[in-house]
Formats: sequence, C-alpha cells, structure tokens
Amino acid sequence: MKKSVFLGTLSFAALAAGISQAATLDDVKARGSLNCGVSTGVNGFSAPDAQGVWQGFDVAICRAVAAAVLKDPMKVNFISTTGQTRFTALASGEVDILARNTTWTLSRDADLKFTFIGVNYYDGQGFMVKKDLGVTSAKDLEGATVCIQTGTTTELNLADFFKANNLKYEPVPVETNAEAQQQYLAGACDVYTTDASGLAATRGGFADAANHIILPEIISKEPLGPLVRQGDDQWSDIGRWVLNALVGAEEYGVTAANIDEMTATGSENPEINRLLGKEGELGAMLGLDNDWAIHAIKAGGNYGEVFEATIGEQTPIGLARGLNAQWTQGGLLYAPPFR
Amino acid sequence: MTPGTDARSGDFRLSMLLYDTRYRSFTLQFIALVLVALAGWWLVANTVANLKALGKDFSFGFLTVRSGYDINQRLIEYTSDSSHGRAMLVGLLNTLLLAALSCVTATIVGVFAGVLRLSENWLISRLIGFYVEIFRNIPLVLWILLIFAVMTESMPPPNAFRGENATSSMLFFDSVAITNRGVYVPEPLFDRSLGNIDLGVFLVSIDLLAIIAVLSVCFWAWRRLKTQASAVQNATGVRPTTWWKSILIFVVPLVALKLALGFHLGMPELRGFNFAGGTYMRNSFFAMWVALTLYTGAFIAETVRGGILAISRGQSEAAFALGLRPGRTMSLVILPQALRVIIPPMISQYLNITKNTSLALAVGYMDLRATLGGITINQTGRELEGMLLLMLTYLVISLIISMVMNWYNARVRLKER
Repeated sequence: MKKSVFLGTLSFAALAAGISQAATLDDVKARGSLNCGVSTGVNGFSAPDAQGVWQGFDVAICRAVAAAVLKDPMKVNFISTTGQTRFTALASGEVDILARNTTWTLSRDADLKFTFIGVNYYDGQGFMVKKDLGVTSAKDLEGATVCIQTGTTTELNLADFFKANNLKYEPVPVETNAEAQQQYLAGACDVYTTDASGLAATRGGFADAANHIILPEIISKEPLGPLVRQGDDQWSDIGRWVLNALVGAEEYGVTAANIDEMTATGSENPEINRLLGKEGELGAMLGLDNDWAIHAIKAGGNYGEVFEATIGEQTPIGLARGLNAQWTQGGLLYAPPFR
Repeated sequence: MTPGTDARSGDFRLSMLLYDTRYRSFTLQFIALVLVALAGWWLVANTVANLKALGKDFSFGFLTVRSGYDINQRLIEYTSDSSHGRAMLVGLLNTLLLAALSCVTATIVGVFAGVLRLSENWLISRLIGFYVEIFRNIPLVLWILLIFAVMTESMPPPNAFRGENATSSMLFFDSVAITNRGVYVPEPLFDRSLGNIDLGVFLVSIDLLAIIAVLSVCFWAWRRLKTQASAVQNATGVRPTTWWKSILIFVVPLVALKLALGFHLGMPELRGFNFAGGTYMRNSFFAMWVALTLYTGAFIAETVRGGILAISRGQSEAAFALGLRPGRTMSLVILPQALRVIIPPMISQYLNITKNTSLALAVGYMDLRATLGGITINQTGRELEGMLLLMLTYLVISLIISMVMNWYNARVRLKER
C-alpha cells in the first residue's frame, strides 16, 4: 500500500511538474540545485572527467548559472540526454536548462515552445572522413555511407545538401556521439557528419587523429546555444544575462584571477562596476543578489577562459576562436550593455 | 429470485449495500468504476492543463508536413520531400517486414529445435538444450547488440573487396557479399516486367502479384490432387502415386512464369564507396532478424517440445502398431494433436516478436519507432500525438495478429459435437 501511495505521489509530482514551471527560479532555489541537461558525452563540450565530475564548454554555462543563482557552481545535477530525448526532458520540466550543443532554429524557438538564451558557440556542419579514402570535397561523396545522429538539425541539413547536389547517400542513424565514433572507426560508415566543433572534439579523442580529415565544406549555420522553456521570462533573462556576463567579462578584461581585486578596489570603467554589482541594482532586476555576476565569472572564468580551458587550441580538441572571438577581434560575440 | 426476496425488498437499508452479500459486489464494483473514471478524468484534465500551460495544441496536422529527413531502408517511394505521414508508413512497413520474416524463421528454427530436443541422440538433444537455455536466459537486446557488433567490427569493409589483391572475396560464385555494413545478396529482376499498380499511397509490383497468383493456383491444384488421391484410396484401398504430379504442378507454371517475365538475378557489384545492385540487408536489419529469430526460436522450441510431450505415448505406440513409419506417425498422428496445444502460446510468441521489433532503436533500424516515434517526434515536437499514434498502431497490429491466429486456432481445435 505504501508503495502504491508513493508511486501515486511520484506520478503526480511528475505530471504536476509541467504546471509549476512558471517560477523556475523559485524551484531551483527551493531544490538547492540546478538540473542541467547535457549530452551523453562529447569531449570538451560535456563529458565527465576521470573523477566523474562533468567538465566542458556547455557544462561551464550550467555551472555559471548555478553560481549566479545558488552561489555555488558545483550545485548542478547533470542529466544526460540524447539528440532525441533532450527536448522532451526540457519541456517536461526534468531539466531547468538545456546546454547541449543545440542549434537555434525558428521552429524550435516558436513551435517547440522553447527560448534560446543566446549563442555560446557559432558552428557549422562538417564532414569527417579517413584520409586514405582520398576524398577532398563533400561533393565527392556520391554513394557514401554517412553516420548521423538522429533527431538533430544535421540530419535535415544532410538530406538537403545531398538533394541540392543531386548526390545519393546511405544514412546510418546512430543515437549518440560515442556510437557514431565506434561505427565510423569500425568502417561501417565512410563519413561522420555533425557540427564541425563536434567533429574536432571526436577526432581529438582518436588515437590516430592525423589519419582523419575534416572536409572544407561547412554546409550549414549551426548557432549552438543553451535554451529554457518558453513562458518563464525571469528564468530566461537570468540565463541570457549570465551568458552575456561571461562574454562581457572577457571584453572588459575581467578574469577569474583578477575579479576579487576588481571587486575590492572598483574599476575606472562604470560598466565593469555595474557588472560586478558595485553600482546599480542589476542583480535585483533579475531577481538575484547583486554579486550574481561575480559568482558566475568565478565559476570557470570569462568566456575566453572557459573556451581555452575546454575546447581551445591548447586542448586536444584544438578549436580556434574563429567566429567565436569577441566582436572587437573580428568575431561575432557581442554582449549588450550592462545598464 | 424467490418471492421472499421481493417481499423483503421493501425494507432496504443503506447498510445492506455493504453488509448484504447480494449487494456488496455491486457496491464495490460501482466504487471501483467511479475511482477508475476519476483517475481517467484526472489524467486527461492534467494533460489538457499541462498542454495549455506549455502553449501547445493537440493536432495531427504534422503528418502532412514535409519530413525533411532521409530513411535508408524504404520499401516504398520516399524522399526527404515526402510527408511525416509517409515516413511513418515507411517505418511501419519496415516493422512489418522484420516482424513477418522473423515470425517465419523463428517458427522454422523453433519447430526444428523443439523436435530435435526430443531426439534419442544424446549429443543432439543436449546441443539443442544448450541453445534453448542460452538464448532464453539472456536479454534479447544483448543478442541484438552482440550480432550487430560482430557484423560491424569483424566483417571486412567494402573496399577490402577492391583491387587485384583484395583481402576479401564474395561468396557463392560472387553472388553474396558480407561486409561490415550489411549483407548483399542477389535480387530478382525481370526483363519483361509487368509494371506497377498505383494504389495512390504506394505502388504494388504486378510481377509480385503474378507470382502470388500463380503460386496460389498451384497450391489449389495440389490440394485437389491430394483430395482426389484420398478419394481413390478410400474407394480402392490403394493410394495412387502423386509425387511426380505434385512436382509438375509446382514446377511447370513457375518455370513458364519465369520465362515469360524474363527473370534473372541481379548480382551485387562494387561501385564507388559501396556495393551496388542486389538486395542490401543492412547490419541493423540483419542483427534484428537473426537475434529475433534465434531468441524467439528458443521459446518456440520449448512450446513445440511441450506440445509433443503432451500427446500420450500410447498414440505413437498405436500408430507404430498399425505399421506407420516414424515420419508418418509424426505428421499424421502426433503433430495434428500437438498443434492444438502449441498454437495458443505461439500467438503470444508472434505478438512478442512484433513488439520486440521496437528494440531496433538499439541498432538504428528504421522501424516505426525510429521514424514516427523518433525523428518525427523530435523534429516536430509532437510527443503526445506521436506516442499515442505509435501505441495505437502497435495495438492494431497486435490485435490483427491475435485475430488471425485465434481464427487459425479455432480451425485446428478439437471439434466437439
């Protein structure tokens, strides 16, 4: 009897979770931890390290949000989702924020009822092949077998690309990056296609990384960003401005190392003072304490520091900043003003 | 009811609903009904409220929208320009193909294994026992993954077949190629094809219909031959020789049809990245088919063994005493009776096969769950509608299988008059 009452309560809680979505911030504070949806493991973006602690570029966003809201970047429950389960997990309230290299598209924004809180990585879809195949262009892939993660925009881009170029191909649907990697290395597919950053991350994990090339064609725009449920504007504002704070901090030269000093002494630049809560009430406007951005930046450093630590050129992933440089450096990162 | 109860019905008290055994069951059933209805109402109301809170409507309009994704195995015409509804149909046909083929092969494997397990030969019966126990007691999904992994990891890639000193070669006079992407076998081709009939939803090959028609006529003629032979046997006591007539009945029309249609086999050959031509059984399909066959075959073997053991030994002894050979004893005496015991549990096995095809998600076979329940749901965000449709489809397939099998069961059942 007790068990059935328990199960009943559980299912009630699960069903009621959808209704109580209006105040995600209160839920997170009451729970004392942030539920964050991540991938099942993509090196550099979201994967557990040898100690079982989640690390990566997407993970850093979750840690920054948790730090801003709960003042502790470690208070995050990471929930692994596949390409197919991620949206259901977010829509059902299982996760508060989804940071899983997800492409921002109109239909996901409008039809799936989500709100993208920004772009944390500007990407595009590429192809990886083995060098000894002798292929130099994606146009040479007539009749090739292509491994593709199902339930992604890459699946649709792939269909469009081959149709537009009047090429035939054989799609091999796989569920996760790990599965794709295994099939690709076994030679069960000639090509692996996903976001170019994901290809670099996957190749970084190969023993013979030099024997694989990423073809020059980038066949799509893939602005990857974290997203939340639509309809809770306070929560989406928090996510959006935590991301902006990381980007802005890099622009203004605020790093994890100098942030304590800057907070203590204040800065010549009033923008930095507002960001760090020395002036104005920006935190209160978001429903947070005024030191929210300090915690967020301390969690893993500013955007540039996070990038270099997780996927930058010093890491095995070895991605250049490219489009993901600050607007002052010729990139697309541009944080709106903090005022 | 006796008149006495009518007389006492006047002094009905409310407590009798609980304490009078005549009413108690009604009371309890009524309460249960109300509770179930309340639970149902609560679920529906909750769903409606949650959908509203999410700002989502409930509509199946997505089925007519362009799908935008490709499906590797398709039995009917499909491109990324087709609709989600058609993608669902492609997936449904893939599910049905896998289920039908698995049912046939699992039955064959199961019947053979079931009979062989009763063999007098110690080695054979123990070997089959080993097969049954090892397949019955390990989860199906592990078998699927194992076969899939063996295929992808240990078979040669297509380019191993290339060049002067190829490391791999095709089997059976260059007609079958086993690669790490799947198995290529020859395909039937017709020089003078009769074309297709357009049913609006999909095309049906007239060649296939012609083959089915000719086969049914052959079968009908063969049945008549048998009936006539039995009639002669009943009248004269001597059964006329029918074996060469039987062979002629099947061979002559089929050979004639083959010549008329210009039938030949299309061999797979290496072209570009992959083999082209021939019928391509993908790894995912192959792994599913083999695993479902061997796994369910083990269960069917036990059912068949149980059915045969249920027939008392006296039956076969009596048949031997009449001078029937063991083969005839099996086919004329034991199996017809054993079938009555075997068929009801077989219905469950066929239903299991059909439902277990949805384990295809482990290896990426594009069945109904992968198209409608996977990519379509994911691209359109219609989880509720998609899942309801998916459940309904599996329910309908299963009910149809039960119906057909129950009808067959009623036919072979012992007729008691």
